[in-house]
Amino acid sequence: MEQQIVKVKNKRGVKVIPGFGFSMGVTLFLLSVIVLIPLASIFLSTARLDFREFWEIVTSRQIVSGYIVSLSCSFIAALVNVVFGLMLAWVIVRYEFPGRRLMDGLIELPFALPTAVAGISLTYLYSDQGWIGSFFAKAGIKIAYTRIGITIAMVFVGIPFVVRSLQPVLEKLDRQYEEAALMLGAGRTYTFFRVILPELFPALLAGFGLAFARGIGEYGSVVFIAGNIPYKTQIAPLLIMTKLEQYKYADATACALVLLLISFALMLLINSIQLHMQKFSKC
Amino acid sequence: MKKEATQEYEQDLVGDGINSIQKVIDPHKTEAAHATKYVLISVCAFFLFVMLVLPLIVVVINALRDGWAAYTEAVFDEYTVKALQLTLLATVSAVAVNTVFGVFASYLLSKFYFRGRQLLSALIDIPFSISPVIAGLIFILTFGNVGWMGDFLKAHNIKIVFAVPGIILATIFVTFPFVFRELLPVLNAQGKDEEEAAALMGAKGFTIFCRITFPHIKWALLYGIVLCTARAMGEFGAVSVLSGHLRGKTNTLPLHVEILYNEFNTTAAFAVSSILVILAILILIARNLIEWKRK
Repeated sequence: MEQQIVKVKNKRGVKVIPGFGFSMGVTLFLLSVIVLIPLASIFLSTARLDFREFWEIVTSRQIVSGYIVSLSCSFIAALVNVVFGLMLAWVIVRYEFPGRRLMDGLIELPFALPTAVAGISLTYLYSDQGWIGSFFAKAGIKIAYTRIGITIAMVFVGIPFVVRSLQPVLEKLDRQYEEAALMLGAGRTYTFFRVILPELFPALLAGFGLAFARGIGEYGSVVFIAGNIPYKTQIAPLLIMTKLEQYKYADATACALVLLLISFALMLLINSIQLHMQKFSKC
Repeated sequence: MKKEATQEYEQDLVGDGINSIQKVIDPHKTEAAHATKYVLISVCAFFLFVMLVLPLIVVVINALRDGWAAYTEAVFDEYTVKALQLTLLATVSAVAVNTVFGVFASYLLSKFYFRGRQLLSALIDIPFSISPVIAGLIFILTFGNVGWMGDFLKAHNIKIVFAVPGIILATIFVTFPFVFRELLPVLNAQGKDEEEAAALMGAKGFTIFCRITFPHIKWALLYGIVLCTARAMGEFGAVSVLSGHLRGKTNTLPLHVEILYNEFNTTAAFAVSSILVILAILILIARNLIEWKRK
């Protein structure tokens, strides 16, 4: 495919299909106005700080604890999502049962439901008087306004990412290998872990990364259930918000820049995994 | 398991050949597989019910807790209606801009080969990986009082931050790649032979797009628009940073929910939420219908 394109271009030297310049113009214009120029502002504003100031803000106790809460909770939430996402994708792709389509359709609910609504609803459910929270309160476990609550909200927003990145891979998975393994006498558990799982691993990793990234940045659904107890349940995006409300723009910008770099690093990782996957599937 | 399979195989060798081999091969027909199947389905159903369905039920029950009159009062409240109008305005703008962008950008990246394609594609995806709060922050740093365009805007009496344009911009930003992401794989899979043939036969750009490209992408386009709508109407973090929370002026529906909730007016907060829940369910149904049509 790639080769063919290059050849056509070399031979003719011109593009046959019209509209290149116009499309390029519209694309670059909108991309610059809406994404690139505003985004550049964050780097410009940070550049006004000298490095020592920047370092002081970023390593202050409050902001570091914010990063730790955000990263640890979304990491655990992404792990939970990998387990349940794998189960859900498997059940939806491999089994025929009444309600399968409904299940498939429901997966995208966290995506369609506004995060603020999810936030207040989850808080209500998991508070000490709530339907689920009261069960755990009897056992002495508080969920709302603790890191457990934050994790649950992040599980909620992350589910679709894992399921949707696994589904197409599972659908395309050639069953011959499974059958061969079974014929050769491997048990079903053994087949799953040694034959199927390695095939799914890149997609699983990509889904994990997407859910993780979404969790780190998530604000709406987490802010209500978190309760915002300093050093305990303050997530990084909330800290940025608080600093902005106090007109501490330098602090907010520095905190945001670090968060931004973490997300970019994660996206880069996910992209390289997906690129690897594409190459892998071509051979 | 190993033994069981061999035994079955041996037994069936005596009986009817072809069916029996299939019986051995199909791993989903054994009793253990049946048990796993039902356990897995139950676990998944339970997980989905607790994590996804229960929050919806909570919204509906709490919205109607104080009776129908209180519900309609909250829903038809002046501020709720204004918030709904602003949400619709922001959503329609986001869908319009992102549809135009998505069509041109996906056409560009699928039909032409040029240097920096990968980079461009990666740049378009940026809004996906940014926290909504940061999305709001960057507009404050650009157009706000502290921003480098702040003085210029002030001199010309243009208000973007803490006003409606800021909300619209933020909504466009967070939903920026949605339509593009849906269109690109479809256009890539279609290839460009048809467009090349049409161009060589003398068709103009607009004709080529309308007669050849568009029929291929219409369902994907609709799908992208639905996704974009879903995200745009529910956007909270970015809009929250930029709104300034002026009731009746810069309040979108999700922000209105937050204000009511923080005032301990829980019933009204859930009543307003129920509007968003209904919209979300409509979007899910639309999404599934389109998916079904596409197949």
